[in-house]
Amino acid sequence: MLLRYILKRILIMIPTLIVTSALIFTVINLPDGDYFETLAAEMQAQGEKADMSRIEFLKKEYGFDRPPVERYVRWVAGLLHGDMGYSFEYQRPVREIVGDRLMLTMLVSFATIVFTWIVAFPIGIYSATHQYSWGDYGLTFIGLIGLAIPHFLLALVFMYFANVWFGTSIGGLVDPAYLNQPMSWAKLVSVLEHLWIPVIIIGAGGTAGMIRALRANLLEELQKQYYVTARAKGLPPGKALRKYPLRMSLNFFISDIGDILPSIVSGAEVVAIVLSLQTTGPLLIRALQSQDMYLAGSFLMFLSFLTVIGVLISDIALAILDPRIRLQGTATK
Amino acid sequence: MALPSPVRHPHTAKAFLDPLARRKPLARRNFQRLVASGLVTGVVKGQASFRVMDILRVKDLQIAFTVHGLARDVVKGVSLRVPAGKTVALVGESGSGKSVISQAIMGLLPRSGAITGGEILFRDPAAPETAVDIAGLPAEGPGIRALRGGRIGMIFQEPMSSLSPVHTIGNQIEEALLLHRPMSRKQAREQIEAMLKRVGFKDPPRAFGAYPFELSGGLRQRAMLAMALICRPALLIADEPTTALDVTIQAQVLDLMRDLQAEMGMAILLITHDLGVVANMADEVVVIFHGEIMERGTAEDVFRRPRHPYLKALLKASPHFDMQEGERLVALREAKPRPKAEIRARPEPAAQDAPLLRVRGLSKTYVTGSRSFFGKGTLNAVKAVDDVSFDICRGECLGLVGESGCGKTTVSKIIMRAVSADSGEVIFDDGRGRTDLLALRGEALRAFRPRVQMIFQDPVSSLSPRMTVKNILREPLIIHERGESAAQNERVKQLMQDVGLDIRFLNRYPHSFSGGQRQRIGIARALALDPELIICDEPVSALDVSVQAQILNLLKDLQAERGLTFLFISHNLAVVNYMADRIAVMANGRIVEIAPRHRIFAAPVHPYTKALLRSVPFADLDRKLDFKLTAPGGASDERHWDAAFRHGEDGGGLSHLPLGSGHYVLARADADVKELVS
Repeated sequence: MLLRYILKRILIMIPTLIVTSALIFTVINLPDGDYFETLAAEMQAQGEKADMSRIEFLKKEYGFDRPPVERYVRWVAGLLHGDMGYSFEYQRPVREIVGDRLMLTMLVSFATIVFTWIVAFPIGIYSATHQYSWGDYGLTFIGLIGLAIPHFLLALVFMYFANVWFGTSIGGLVDPAYLNQPMSWAKLVSVLEHLWIPVIIIGAGGTAGMIRALRANLLEELQKQYYVTARAKGLPPGKALRKYPLRMSLNFFISDIGDILPSIVSGAEVVAIVLSLQTTGPLLIRALQSQDMYLAGSFLMFLSFLTVIGVLISDIALAILDPRIRLQGTATK
Repeated sequence: MALPSPVRHPHTAKAFLDPLARRKPLARRNFQRLVASGLVTGVVKGQASFRVMDILRVKDLQIAFTVHGLARDVVKGVSLRVPAGKTVALVGESGSGKSVISQAIMGLLPRSGAITGGEILFRDPAAPETAVDIAGLPAEGPGIRALRGGRIGMIFQEPMSSLSPVHTIGNQIEEALLLHRPMSRKQAREQIEAMLKRVGFKDPPRAFGAYPFELSGGLRQRAMLAMALICRPALLIADEPTTALDVTIQAQVLDLMRDLQAEMGMAILLITHDLGVVANMADEVVVIFHGEIMERGTAEDVFRRPRHPYLKALLKASPHFDMQEGERLVALREAKPRPKAEIRARPEPAAQDAPLLRVRGLSKTYVTGSRSFFGKGTLNAVKAVDDVSFDICRGECLGLVGESGCGKTTVSKIIMRAVSADSGEVIFDDGRGRTDLLALRGEALRAFRPRVQMIFQDPVSSLSPRMTVKNILREPLIIHERGESAAQNERVKQLMQDVGLDIRFLNRYPHSFSGGQRQRIGIARALALDPELIICDEPVSALDVSVQAQILNLLKDLQAERGLTFLFISHNLAVVNYMADRIAVMANGRIVEIAPRHRIFAAPVHPYTKALLRSVPFADLDRKLDFKLTAPGGASDERHWDAAFRHGEDGGGLSHLPLGSGHYVLARADADVKELVS
């Protein structure tokens, strides 16, 4: 039953990714012109003479004289072979430019999710079980502040105080000395030293939101009759809480994995620029501006893939946790 | 507002605030108190067999709830006792405090509630020399937790929400067992399967691994019983255990409770509002009203010689089968007399004899189950409505009776055009022209809508909380452009008077009304457009007995004054008996019997109708239910019907056989009518 369910989910990923790739391709091609025309325009604006014949040659070389559908198919076929295309701006394969940054992006996203959970879970439970206590009010207040402050502002504030108090710059994810070095123990330590600041900043909003949602969810579950039944059996409060209401509110927690990924990734872009992190965010924004379409498209495709995987993981986890989804296909409360 | 009531029992109150303060002297004082209260006397030296001991004594119990900083007394000095092995019924309407008392006994009061005085003495028959004051136990301490589930079991009204949806039945029962009786998993499983078998599961190993959503309501309540009784408690608290169940299932669950009680020798504290259930189950009865005990005594005393006016009124307010033609229910608190509703001018029908509504061959099939990505999967087709035909004459009230899931609500939704039928026709004939309801489209349908209106079951969720009563009542007038603004306001006021509500309430919101008043608003809303047919879908099942009588009387009066036609849907046979001229009984999507009211009750023919009538508990000690007569799988299980009423293997179809004077029964076409009736 479960295997069939997982198989079904994986099959559904295929059309989802096809539609996403088509959308990404269309959106990137929507603005007038392409990378080469932008390049020519920029060169002319700077007073340089553009070599039109060379631009025509390049266009032909990269297949830009072909109809869009053909270009799309080629791009997708390349992606399937792990070929993410060629960046015009950097004159290098996308793979090479992105490599390290992708790893760092995944690291930051993963660390942020873990951070969000570790912080939000106990606080949410505390707030719900101690409703309207001073602790609940205090944590709620702090959470609302976290929710209300935009990421970039929080980043600026952190940078300012880090500089004033510690005299250090917290920009970047890794000490510049290690930037293009292969992975080593020293580099890993450096990454971890730098990691916590962006993780807190990016995770602040999500954590606050999750605390609110978990609190509301758990409060609702605590009212449910089956929790009274559990206590009427003589279960100690802590055990009853863990086995029943908490388990039910986990549903929401897990189904949130799919939602949290895109929001972390998009929230991370702005922070990444402010903190000059070596993640993919700044690169993606530059690529979108200059219509470096293979770079931008492959990036976006990678992010979509991450999200779809996230949703898949949360769906599978939900099916394992909730027999109603496993056996009926729907969860009704 | 009232302050917390002065503490009359200083030690108890102190103990509540600081449970440690009284630990030491507790035992000694308890003993003195027990001797003084006579609770202990009966068991001195082998005399226990002569006198039944009380396993629970509630003395002068007071409970207050604090809402928004204001304390409100909910239970005001209640005393009651539960003798070992007996059933005590605690009877009262909603808000009377009966459930709060049960919560206090289990130590499960909500956070805003607290015991402010009195004591709850529990004496375990297994250890009769000590009594525990539950009111004095530390909340969530080991003392109270050992009692809960271990010595006092509890079952609740809603068997679905009382079980965790994501744990198996076996897991939830096992937890209760292992908590109080440590043993190996293997032993536990054996005991649980034996208990599951005892409460009526045919395949215990399978039930052990089943999830609650895979079971029917009746089986869920049986699973709850198994869970509450797995540790063989001395006391079972049953809080409205059968209110959410159909009558035939109710009879089975009550029967099971009685059998288990006889086997295990436990006492039952039965909390209910249904006097019929009380008469069939209780040895002793306690009647509670607004947190105070009104009457207390043996079932004999209470039913044969009710003394308190409240109990007398309660008995008179419930509809029953022996009501005379034209006899009225006496509401507990008689509603303010209201002026007679004016007769609305309506064009005289040209022909009087045609029925107002003609339903023929109505069918509707629902497809449930999961559809896989490729369109395959397990699909179940459920015939919700199967070839249903009936007529409703002008000015008549047709009752539609059946258990949950029989399709009666689907029929009403098809007539309202909220659900589309697969086949069949619904002809509305007002005497001037025939309209095929199911063929109406677009503007024609919109123009027709005012002529059929609906009164819903739940007066809370069927009224928008964000609209004033005035807006609620005016909305249909605005939608259908009836008159100018001033005329509409005039009409709204008239409607309020018609249903017996004060026109000064017009600017209030629904939440400031009681359940009965809200249902009056719902009735006024349905009347606003002068409909010719009103469909009442369980209009009083969410209301208390006393309010129910008021609303039923109001509906009857309005029908008489304005010549309304009702389709009255209910699962409650007594209510339908009070309201309807003719009654149609539905089972498994089909009308199995249809007849004038008195014929259905006096001479039922179909086995389903008979089972239904047999299962209704009377508030009368001389007519107790014969529990063993009810069919084991529920009355709608066709396999227990006589062959004459079933689809035969030879393909012999069923048809409605006339039995004379408008009495029809669904049976084999070749069945002998005389044999059926006998």
